[in-house]
Amino acid sequence: MGFTGLFLISFLVVHCYVNALIFFNDGGVKFTEAAHFMGTNPVVRILEIGLTVGIFAHIIQGLLLTFENRAKRPIGYAKTPGNKSSKWYSRSMGLLGTLILLFFVLHWYHFWIPNRASQFMGNGEIDAYAKMKLVFSKPWVVIVYILGCISLSFHLMHGFWSAFQTVGLSTKKYKKIINGMGMAFAVIVPLIFILMPLSFYMGWLA
Amino acid sequence: MNLTLKVWRQQNAQAQGGFETYQVKDISSEMSFLEMFDVLNEQLINEGKEPITFDHDCREGICGACSMHINGQPHGPWHQTTTCQLHMRAYKDGDTIVVEPWRAKAFPVIKDLMVDRRAFDRIIQAGGYISVDTGNAQDANNLPVDKHKADESFAAAACIGCGACVAACKNSSAMLFLSAKVSHLALLPQGDVERKTRVVNMVEQMDKEGFGSCTNTQACEAECPKGISVQNIRRLNAEYIRSVFSGGE
Ligand code: HEM
Ligand code: SF4
Ligand code: FES
Repeated sequence: MGFTGLFLISFLVVHCYVNALIFFNDGGVKFTEAAHFMGTNPVVRILEIGLTVGIFAHIIQGLLLTFENRAKRPIGYAKTPGNKSSKWYSRSMGLLGTLILLFFVLHWYHFWIPNRASQFMGNGEIDAYAKMKLVFSKPWVVIVYILGCISLSFHLMHGFWSAFQTVGLSTKKYKKIINGMGMAFAVIVPLIFILMPLSFYMGWLA
Repeated sequence: MNLTLKVWRQQNAQAQGGFETYQVKDISSEMSFLEMFDVLNEQLINEGKEPITFDHDCREGICGACSMHINGQPHGPWHQTTTCQLHMRAYKDGDTIVVEPWRAKAFPVIKDLMVDRRAFDRIIQAGGYISVDTGNAQDANNLPVDKHKADESFAAAACIGCGACVAACKNSSAMLFLSAKVSHLALLPQGDVERKTRVVNMVEQMDKEGFGSCTNTQACEAECPKGISVQNIRRLNAEYIRSVFSGGE
């Protein structure tokens, strides 16, 4: 979980950086250039295979872990400590992950699948910028994207530090710093992602 | 004070249990939680009923026997306090208190509030020891130990094996207990010989016993009566990864 989680975090950084290029508000010129690089560069193509394996490994591991752990307490408590001893989002990683997964299905259907399909058919890449404009004109889509990003935010509030703990790096000295970085990451990155559909919908981007 | 108690009663491991409600009267705030249970049991005996079975031994917070899940918390509401050291001044007249056994597949109920914690013993047997030559104990200063490491090891050794970490964990994971036992020995030169095999064997035994996997919620640290830190779980993870990558075993 820790290794795949850290790998997905590193992917988020790249994904967020490339997509944030739309905020230059240049009609998508800089973004399209970068997206073209990501869509055609052979190294990135190979990395994407790794990413696909990584994300499915993370999802399968995560869901198995959640269900196996649940089976370890066949009779539950009548009274539970609730939020007295742990954070709700720390206890809800399986649920938050599933919400992210549902959002991913829609997200892949919008961008990744049409793009790869078009390339496969020999028609080159799709105009992702135009596609974003189109997709993000529907209010329900914008709302689902925002909810997906909020789930991601809570997933990372626990996940960022947790991954460092799992691989044995969250030492006494660095725990506070790692946790602080995790909280900042968990708020800033999903917020930038939220601004994307929102900006298109509100007409802030040309 | 007068209190209402809802206590889990279960005849044996196979029987289906359920809550029974009891009233206790004139409980002094100076009593410990277990003494309040003694009063209740005497009352039950006088009424010709079977007393409630619960584990206890030292009654001074060092043996780890007194497992009770009280109003949703292992060992009740006081921070870093065992049930035997919890006193009735934590409650006020008219309170209702729900008392349950530890709930975990790996800790089956023996009777009422008493659970079988021998899984912990088997984890210790899998590697929680050191090999030393027999003979007279050598001079302590022959083996220099870093002061910082000695302190960390001592803090880990404070674990009393009570199982509150398992009871508090949503995954019924025994990682805090195991990590305390592994850290305690891994930090000392005496523990160095079995360092790599110990961690792998003990983790394997823990999984075999049917404990869940740690997802770092940190509920264990919050509920541990001895304040064992999740820093030990980090060390356990590092020890495990190092052992596996260096061909351990
Ligand atoms: C880009 C998306 C995602 C990122 C960046 C991410 C990141 C992380 C990280 C860093 C962890 C902590 C690992 C650890 O403690 O060892 C984690 C745990 C977890 N993730 Fe994800 N994740 C993502 C998507 C998903 C999805 C789609 C699921 C679907 C089921 C999921 C389910 C889980 C579960 C169940 C855990 C384990 C709980 C735990 O260890 O505390 N995650 N994730
Ligand atoms: S780590 Fe703490 S809660 Fe767990 S068995 Fe040891 S003393 Fe009890
Ligand atoms: S009876 Fe020994 S710790 Fe409570």
